[in-house]
Amino acid sequence: MKLYIAIILTLLFSVPMLSQDKVDGMVMEANSVGKHIGLSGANVYWMNSQIGTVTNEEGLFAIPYSKEYRKLIISFVGFESDTLTINEPKTIHHSLQPSNELDEVVVAQKKEAVKKAYFSAQNVITVNSAELLKAACCNLSESFETNPAIDVNFSDALTGTKQIQMLGLTSPYLLITQENIPMVRGASQAFGLTFTPGTWVESIQITKGAGSVVNGYESISGQINTELVKPLTDKSLFVNGYANRNGRLELNTHFNRKLTDKLSMGFYIHGNRRDAKEDRNDDGFLDAPLANQLNVMNRWQYQNPETGWVSFINFRFLNDEKQVGQVNFNPEKDRFTTNSWGSEINTRRFDSSIKLGYVFPELPFQSVGFQASYSKHKQDSYYGFRAYDIEHESMYSNLIFNSIIGNTRSKFKTGITLAYDGYEEVVNTQDFDRKDNSIGAFFEYSYEDLEKISLTAGVRVDTHNRLGTFITPRLHVRYTPWEKASLRGSFGRGKRAANIFAENQQLFASSRSIQIVDAGGSIYGLDPEDAWNYGVSFLQGFTFLERPGNITFDFYRTDFRNQVVVDWENPRAVFFFNLEGKSFANSFQIELNHEILNNLEFRTAYKYYNVKTDYRSGSLQKPLLAPHRFFANLGYETESKENGAQWRFDYTLHTLGEQRLPNTDVNPPEFRLGEFTKGYSLMNAQVTKVFSKAFEVYVGGENLTNFRQMNPVLSADDPFGANFDTSIVYAPIMGRMFYGGFRFSL
Amino acid sequence: MKKIIFGILVLFCSAALVAQEKNKKIAFEVDGVCEMCKIRIEKAALGVPGVKYALWDIPSHQLSLIVDERKTNPMKIKSALVAVGHDTKELKASQEAYDSVHPCCKYRDGDLEDSEHH
Repeated sequence: MKLYIAIILTLLFSVPMLSQDKVDGMVMEANSVGKHIGLSGANVYWMNSQIGTVTNEEGLFAIPYSKEYRKLIISFVGFESDTLTINEPKTIHHSLQPSNELDEVVVAQKKEAVKKAYFSAQNVITVNSAELLKAACCNLSESFETNPAIDVNFSDALTGTKQIQMLGLTSPYLLITQENIPMVRGASQAFGLTFTPGTWVESIQITKGAGSVVNGYESISGQINTELVKPLTDKSLFVNGYANRNGRLELNTHFNRKLTDKLSMGFYIHGNRRDAKEDRNDDGFLDAPLANQLNVMNRWQYQNPETGWVSFINFRFLNDEKQVGQVNFNPEKDRFTTNSWGSEINTRRFDSSIKLGYVFPELPFQSVGFQASYSKHKQDSYYGFRAYDIEHESMYSNLIFNSIIGNTRSKFKTGITLAYDGYEEVVNTQDFDRKDNSIGAFFEYSYEDLEKISLTAGVRVDTHNRLGTFITPRLHVRYTPWEKASLRGSFGRGKRAANIFAENQQLFASSRSIQIVDAGGSIYGLDPEDAWNYGVSFLQGFTFLERPGNITFDFYRTDFRNQVVVDWENPRAVFFFNLEGKSFANSFQIELNHEILNNLEFRTAYKYYNVKTDYRSGSLQKPLLAPHRFFANLGYETESKENGAQWRFDYTLHTLGEQRLPNTDVNPPEFRLGEFTKGYSLMNAQVTKVFSKAFEVYVGGENLTNFRQMNPVLSADDPFGANFDTSIVYAPIMGRMFYGGFRFSL
Repeated sequence: MKKIIFGILVLFCSAALVAQEKNKKIAFEVDGVCEMCKIRIEKAALGVPGVKYALWDIPSHQLSLIVDERKTNPMKIKSALVAVGHDTKELKASQEAYDSVHPCCKYRDGDLEDSEHH
């Protein structure tokens, strides 16, 4: 009936016009007085078609006409929809009747956008918490054992510290951030990674190559960002205990409370200690340090989705004590004497940071972020007769504005960074105090077409009192040539001040003399390090035997324009000098991941490094770096039962090819080490039994083949003699080691 | 006096009705199934000049948009969606466009479960 009236109405109002192939007219609000009130924004469309339009401000519309369509629908929220039958192009005046029922409009709750790593322009590898559990112990430096992107090396024969490398370069060339605030740098470079307990880590993002400009100019070979557990999402109570056969004990506890709807608080305590003296290779030196660490963190998280404000406030305090050296060394009696050789490294650190974020409630793509941090790091230490104290006070702030250009396919970030670093450093009796400050501005543009192409192009300009004024450009591009494939390319610049002593502390535990070849530069008489990194990477996903897998090929090159070369090719000395000539690091990696059987994940990688620097004695491969490395990891887990109960098994194999040793030719014959080490393999395995979501127990073994370097300390019998050296370490000192632990959570 | 206030109010309301907002939030239903549909729908919506932000929610099938009303209107966006094979309340995709979507996105079949994994 209504349709009938509508048709009559239409016929009444219509003025036939033959020469047009469109229907136009006006949509009005029906009213008793017959006034022509145009309805703006009404839908006018052909039924079951792809053609539709919306009326303009006056209520006027025009819609293409085609013979296939007969039914024209006019609809508007709050009005009854009408369907008109149209047989020819014409002009229509149509009134809609107000309706009592409102069309229900459901506005769905917005979900947090899931980060699509597959589409990101940068080569980012995310290590989630499940992966982190595969390495049960103990801190951030040990979290990379099951990941081929990062190599874990041994830094020295004394402290048991593990040093990480990416693309053939050691950690000072990486920007290591905690929730995007630079963290492991300056004075904390040598031990900083061991100061973040593993259980505090929620996930790790590893970016290979140049990285983003937002967090600064310092990254050269990549960035590692750690996200810590959040008070709002972490378990309300978590306890983890760990013990190993070498007398190391660890305890982690987390307490989290939701104070109000919007405010949560977390309290995290970590303690570890080792007081058993171990000397299994009978060289008179401890195989691992006597250690004692207390690490406390307090976090506050505020989140208000209505106003768009998000905030984190962190406070952390750390006290870490290590004693290394000869087994019978007693610090009270023997410090700075020739009774026996020993060393103590005591660190206190205070960290605080604040993050404020505001997302415009009406514009989810626009936000402002502010990060600021303050830290004070104090290390008092001595290595035999060599005293080394460093105090590093650091302030950092970064203001970031995010928005779009046109639509969300084109985004940008821009902002300002302010940083201050004050160092008070004493080597023996010599002072090396310095104050660094910088201000910088950045702009980063990113584009993604959601399918084939994405691109991130950034540039920053910084003015630094020692590095000068300089520009840091970085570019990342991704292209998807076909399904499940990603081709990435990147290049970028990085620049940094090398903290030569803090970064090379292991060299203090030797009889080497320290020589800085002063070039009149601004940092220890040396110039800033400056490098360009270039890389290409290809990822291909596949399905083999009906199970998913992927293969990656990576090639990266870092070219130093200047580097502070650490030359220890003379066993009597270590030289620090500005690069003269060439220094580069090439790395190639193939990685294969596949689920070979249900719940059985296999990961394998082969890596080749060519890292060469012009030393005083000529161009040489970097010492203690294996050019060939092979990695394999097998992980299996049983189906998890309803209460979460399951078994998890994990096995890792690392094979290292031969490594070049620093030159020891001028030593007496008994202290010459030859030119290369032999290759070797290391195996780790772990079994976890999950009883329920609340409780699990794990046991594991490291270095199952019991491969050890038998002479980690050169001239161990005469630690005050000319040939004493603990820095030439290429393999584990500890043999086979078993551990066990539990995790309890509520 | 009352009449004047009422008149002003009416004027004000109608002005608000006609005003073309730079950042107008709109939402409507679009048929689809999976993560692949999500990418296709959001991409098509963002391809329309004036669309600044698009988020399609898989469970509710709601497409939330922020648009510059001076440059576009919902019908233009819906035309773009049906062109890539996704039905809206008003406009329906042609058989040809519908046939071009991936088999896992065949929302018209009705027996496909919503899922995020495809």
